[in-house]
Amino acid sequence: MSFKIASSPHHHNQRTTSSLMQWVALAALPGIAVQAVFFGYGVLVQLLLAICTAWLCEALILRLRQKAVLPRLLDHSALVTAVLLAIAIPPYAPWWLIVIGTAFAIVMVKQLYGGLGNNLFNPAMAAYVMLLISFPVQMTQWLPSVSLQPVALSPLDAFCMVFTEYSCSGFSLSQLQQGVDGSTQATPLDSLRQDLAAGMTLAESLQRPVFYSFAGAGWLWVNLAYLLGGLLLIQQKVISWRIPAAVLAGLAVPSLLFWLGSAGASPSPLFHLFSGATMLAAFFIATDPVSASTTDKGRLWYGALIGLLVYLIRSYGGYPDAFAFAVLLANMSVPLIDYYTRPRTYGHKAKRNLK
Amino acid sequence: MPTLFQQIQAGTLWDFHGGIHPPVRKSQTSSKPVAQLPLPDRLYLPLRQHIGVAGRLIVAVGQRVLKGEALTSADNSMTVPVHAPTSGVIHSISQHTSAHPSALPEPVIVLVPDGKDEWRERRPLNIATSSRHQILERIQDSGIAGMGGAGFPTHLKAGMQQPVDYLIINAVECEPYISADDALMQEAPTTIVKGIDILCQLLNPKAVLIGIEADKPIAIAALKAACSQREHYYVREVPVKYPSGGEKQLIQLLTNKEVPAGRRPADIGIVMQNVGTAFAIAQAVLDDQPLISRIVTVTGETLRQPQNVLALLGTPVSALLDFCGFQSEAQQKVIMGGPMMGFTLPDLAVPIVKTTNCILAPTRDELPDNGPELDCIRCGQCADACPATLLPQQLLWYSKARDPVKLQEYNLFDCIECGACAYVCPSEIPLVQYYRVAKAEIREQQREALKAEQAKARFEARNARLEQEKQQRLARNQQLAAARQQAQPNENQAVAEALARVKAQQAEKAALQATDSAKDHQQILAERELKKQQAREYQAQKQAAAAASVADRTPASTSDSSLDNKAAAVAAAIARAKARQADADSSPTVEQTSAAEPTTPEAADPRQAAVAAALARAKARQAGQTNSTMAEPSAIAAEPEQQDPRQAAIAAALARAKAKQSVTATVETTVTEPVAADAVAMQEDPRKAAIAAALARAKAKQSATPAQETAIVKPAAADIAVTTAQQSLAPDTGIQPDTAGNDDPRKAAVAAALARAKARKAQQSTEHQTTEQQLSEQRDSEESKTE
Repeated sequence: MSFKIASSPHHHNQRTTSSLMQWVALAALPGIAVQAVFFGYGVLVQLLLAICTAWLCEALILRLRQKAVLPRLLDHSALVTAVLLAIAIPPYAPWWLIVIGTAFAIVMVKQLYGGLGNNLFNPAMAAYVMLLISFPVQMTQWLPSVSLQPVALSPLDAFCMVFTEYSCSGFSLSQLQQGVDGSTQATPLDSLRQDLAAGMTLAESLQRPVFYSFAGAGWLWVNLAYLLGGLLLIQQKVISWRIPAAVLAGLAVPSLLFWLGSAGASPSPLFHLFSGATMLAAFFIATDPVSASTTDKGRLWYGALIGLLVYLIRSYGGYPDAFAFAVLLANMSVPLIDYYTRPRTYGHKAKRNLK
Repeated sequence: MPTLFQQIQAGTLWDFHGGIHPPVRKSQTSSKPVAQLPLPDRLYLPLRQHIGVAGRLIVAVGQRVLKGEALTSADNSMTVPVHAPTSGVIHSISQHTSAHPSALPEPVIVLVPDGKDEWRERRPLNIATSSRHQILERIQDSGIAGMGGAGFPTHLKAGMQQPVDYLIINAVECEPYISADDALMQEAPTTIVKGIDILCQLLNPKAVLIGIEADKPIAIAALKAACSQREHYYVREVPVKYPSGGEKQLIQLLTNKEVPAGRRPADIGIVMQNVGTAFAIAQAVLDDQPLISRIVTVTGETLRQPQNVLALLGTPVSALLDFCGFQSEAQQKVIMGGPMMGFTLPDLAVPIVKTTNCILAPTRDELPDNGPELDCIRCGQCADACPATLLPQQLLWYSKARDPVKLQEYNLFDCIECGACAYVCPSEIPLVQYYRVAKAEIREQQREALKAEQAKARFEARNARLEQEKQQRLARNQQLAAARQQAQPNENQAVAEALARVKAQQAEKAALQATDSAKDHQQILAERELKKQQAREYQAQKQAAAAASVADRTPASTSDSSLDNKAAAVAAAIARAKARQADADSSPTVEQTSAAEPTTPEAADPRQAAVAAALARAKARQAGQTNSTMAEPSAIAAEPEQQDPRQAAIAAALARAKAKQSVTATVETTVTEPVAADAVAMQEDPRKAAIAAALARAKAKQSATPAQETAIVKPAAADIAVTTAQQSLAPDTGIQPDTAGNDDPRKAAVAAALARAKARKAQQSTEHQTTEQQLSEQRDSEESKTE
């Protein structure tokens, strides 16, 4: 009889790319749930649209590239890209926004670079930046948290908003954005920026209704939920602790210094950590294995770079939140970081990193 | 701050980078006693079971060998012998599937056990009185090579001259499933410690560190008990992690030292031996039992009784599996070694060798096949798992790109192929396989480069040598020239002599050319002279015949005996020629000759006969060159029937050739001779000539009988005359035609020589063919003889 020939090792831990991606998607669920509660069901509609678009685009382009479609669809990498982008954009953004964004992420950023594993940039973030630059109005129409919304929106309203840009009762997005006092409510990060730029003190600005305690209303909880999911990923060894820790440190340390140095003029580190997309980006976006650094030391540098860039852009840049830009800039630095942070091989002296 | 040695003494353990925790699955075999395998029908003993070179075979097929008898001899330090695991007969020495991932056939000794298990004489050593050299020799002669997997000859490691700080006994056995060392430690801890004692005597280390993975409590307790009397033997429990049993990793675990890349542990004062090797050393030295068996873990869920067995080296894997109740499934994998570093076997006839520690026959659910290989997502889990702190995903990238420079920059050759990276890879990329291929390619390139370099060096050395020789020659010539310059007058003389030599040569050449041009003319003259001479001869014959007819053979005729003899000689020659022509009658060409003959005038007959005789002699001489038995021309004529078929064939060929020649000769004579005859007739009296011809005819008829008698005596004389004439050849006759004319026999000889010369010219083409024919016939007959 003939026996099967295989090369060693003959053992595998049975953890595949597919299961890793599934873990990432699952770990994002608490954050998504909290987001839906605080900011409306629009995010669910966006998720649905994004996932369908991602699968469709992935299948189509794999077919065009004459690759086996099903195994690659089942690696769930497209799913994760779709989920991250859907979470990142405003929940009631028009449907075509997410469709264009997802298609761009899958087709242009991922597959045209050679598919999974070969893309230089994080697909979700590249798409986010593309949308932000191309459609700045739609990309910044964030509603305040549900408690501050003048009209309560039902799940059906979410569909209507996304597909028709009007709620079932006929409200437009800009109408819904207005506060009880009739002024347009910006996101907490935006409000603070504008207030500080206008010469208000931190304490004064935090009196605004968009804030709750030290952070934005609703945003605190969303960030906490993503933190929880992220910790789960670390516990499951899906991601390494290094990148999230470095991102948070890279953001917290400068903000702490500036906060201490100019009390009242700079937001606290906690505000930074629990506002905007901080936790989502630190645990789910920056840790995208393909576009991140792969060495242990490199991951620390990479994370710290993202954190620092986020702080700088938030404080001095033209955009309220900065993770997409920070991540893309760090992605570009990855080959350099990897090259200079090669670990010392067993039995070799620590040298020849510079060569 | 405590010193390293103090830390080690205090039991400090360090850690190495990476590592994985696969399920160990050892309990199914580690708790059972070691079973004794029944004697198999045949043992297949590969000549080489270690790293190094095979020993020299010292047994022959059919020879009976005793248990423990060496089958090969170690004649250099990189060799250890193999021994007969039991008594029996050497059945054959043949090629057999090797216990190697390649499964390439290798030479094995096939031993058929006789069931008596009869030992050779054993001479245990007393280690207290034995010298270091004796012990090392015993270790080598007992065929001991590292039993942990690499199979490095143990005597080399144990005979290390460098000072040794730590002797590390590797009893970690980190690979899943395997429990052979565990079983050995449970069953024979004291023997192991005795083996360690011997190693200590050889190496004299500061401390002995015995590393055992923490999941072997019984073995740990047994060894601790066995070591309790030894002062600096430390049994160390190392945490369960793969691959802590790797040499470099265990050194790091126990001493926090790293073996520098490209160096050996001995360079940092460490020697590591496997626990099984220590056991084998004790057996070899104290019991004089060479390495002829080992414990093998036979495990996997396809076996009814997975267990450790004591197997004789050379036992086929199938015997072990059958003993343990093997039930194979479709697409069965049988792995020699563990699941991480073992290799699959193509068939079960592969023998157990010195480094075989496990036979694993898992079900498909137990160790599932790898899924399809997906793209690397650069997750870096491989780098986290790598015990050598490499960057496997970078190595994969460069392996795929076949970039040897980058691969070596990323230290590909520090990969120990433990398989940890492939174990954790979520994309199920067979990373180790990529590295093996890349390593092999780089090694091949390096070999090629080395070869090219050597060739270049050789070429340059050759050029240098040639240049040197050229210089030497130049120097020598210059020296000689200088010497000549000193002896100037002599040189002038030499030049004059050389010039004289050249002139002489030129003159000679000119003379030769002159004689060449004169030759044809001289030949004609000689022929003419010959004819004149012959005419005179006939006249003399006529007179003699007349005298004879008158005197009716009175003594008067004896007074003319000299003349008569000459005539008789000519007649004999004619007779010989005729006889030969008659001999050749069977050949069809002769008919042409005979048809042509009547047209030739009778007067030409004697001459023709002379020509024919000369031809025949020349022919015979040529034949004599190829066949010594043919040297005597008369033999051809006298005994053609008695000769063997070959000779007959040659004779026939000769006859054919001669017949052809005679045809051409006849044609020539018919054309040229009448003129010559006319010329002769014009000079002489025509009537005389007619009479002479008639007389000659009559004489020929008359002397037919006496001539035959004299023919036997005379040819010898005639032949001598001919040979001398042949030696002096044409120039002589050309220069001195008159003197030739004076002496009759000489003239005859000259004539014969001329005739032969002519005949040879005519022959040249046909003769060549004949000799070829002769040779081919000779070859044929020789071939038939050898058959």
